[in-house]
Amino acid sequence: MPIAHVMASGMGGIRTAGDLVARMQMARRMRLPEAKRYVAGKLGVAVVDLSNEQVMREVREDLDIGIITSVPGCAKGMEAKFRIARLLDIEINSVNRFRAKASI
Amino acid sequence: MKEILTRMGDGERVTMSVSQVKEDLEAGTRDAADRGKIPELTAAELEQLLEIFQDQNRIVGVSPGEEVVLTHDIGTLRLMGDQANSGVGIPLSRMQGILIHERAFAADTMELGHIDYSFKPIKPVISMEMQEYELASLVTIVPLFYGAMPNLGTYFRPDGPFGNPSDLLPQGKIREAREAQEGAAEHAARDMFYISNKLYSVGCDGINFDTTAAAGDADFYATLNAVAEIKKAMPSLTVEVGMAGEFILGIHSELFFNGERLAGMYPHRQVKMAEAAGADIFGPVVNTNTSKSMPWNLARAVTFVKHTVEVSNIPIHANVGMGVGGVPVFETPPIDCVTRTSKAMVQIAKVDGL
Repeated sequence: MPIAHVMASGMGGIRTAGDLVARMQMARRMRLPEAKRYVAGKLGVAVVDLSNEQVMREVREDLDIGIITSVPGCAKGMEAKFRIARLLDIEINSVNRFRAKASI
Repeated sequence: MKEILTRMGDGERVTMSVSQVKEDLEAGTRDAADRGKIPELTAAELEQLLEIFQDQNRIVGVSPGEEVVLTHDIGTLRLMGDQANSGVGIPLSRMQGILIHERAFAADTMELGHIDYSFKPIKPVISMEMQEYELASLVTIVPLFYGAMPNLGTYFRPDGPFGNPSDLLPQGKIREAREAQEGAAEHAARDMFYISNKLYSVGCDGINFDTTAAAGDADFYATLNAVAEIKKAMPSLTVEVGMAGEFILGIHSELFFNGERLAGMYPHRQVKMAEAAGADIFGPVVNTNTSKSMPWNLARAVTFVKHTVEVSNIPIHANVGMGVGGVPVFETPPIDCVTRTSKAMVQIAKVDGL
């Protein structure tokens, strides 16, 4: 059933910018339009392109913030989240913990 | 006149005329408005709903740019769990389930959850949950919640230490039933705080309180108090409060939060309590009536959710799983209903997420 919702109305996760818009709702309680505008501004893309796979694939690859397919050398997991926290100017708890544990 | 193929609230296929669908849409929104004392959908919105039902494609969807964020209840249990969790019984680890949702299912967010999925049984195995969360957070990119149900019922006999209101109330022991609920709520709030604090210590992004108020107003009271304490101590820990039903059952009936009686609240008032407690995302539920048609149920659900979105100051992620939000009460929900619910909630109720 979640797949049906993803297909009907979902942003598309790391295929596009779904995780980034979710981060803004979670970190700053932004309503959807504001969260989309904020992320689009940080990425330098139009709001409508946040869910456009063709645009977001390249943007994510260029910014090295994690992509859906497994490409050697691209940022994965925590590596990508470090870059996302900096890009969106937000605190991510797991990133802060990693930073503390690694004494970075 | 062309007939419309749709379903009943139990999933049974039915054929309705356009005028029958119109009548059910009007009756559905009127029912929500009457019960919630909220505005009905406008004529234009009812027309928009009618168009969604007149579209006879099996799957419908929103337009490019209208997409919303999805959060998930039950986490990976839908993959490895049994039927009780609507699971499909695939032998996978939770870590694998999370990665499948992120990399294969295009999930915007994901969730780790214990197989029992209630807070109380997590307490004895919290170290295991912390370890699993920490490892999963190292390899995932999407925001990762930890999800569980407040489930106040687990604090009553025979499962817990407090007298069971279901036994006490029929005996006329109203004071004893209330005291039992107050005691259970205090324990539950303490446990929810303890578990959230432990997960926060390993870098948890957020806690998803799923099926809040399933055991009535005391369940809601316990959750709101837990959320308030969590946000005071851990402001960066996101809290999503998802509800169990559309109406807060007054099993205690004299519990208040922020000066308001919790019993009898519908979603548009529930969200104000969640906001006051400090929640970051609210998930309203509207129950599906199996004896009514899908147009009746969806018009009713959209009416409640639209008003909740309008009065809220925090993101609204409407519950649209099996048996709620207009989706039929059926274990394998028909995708024609699921996608129509998705489209209507986004385009008419203007939700921030699902």
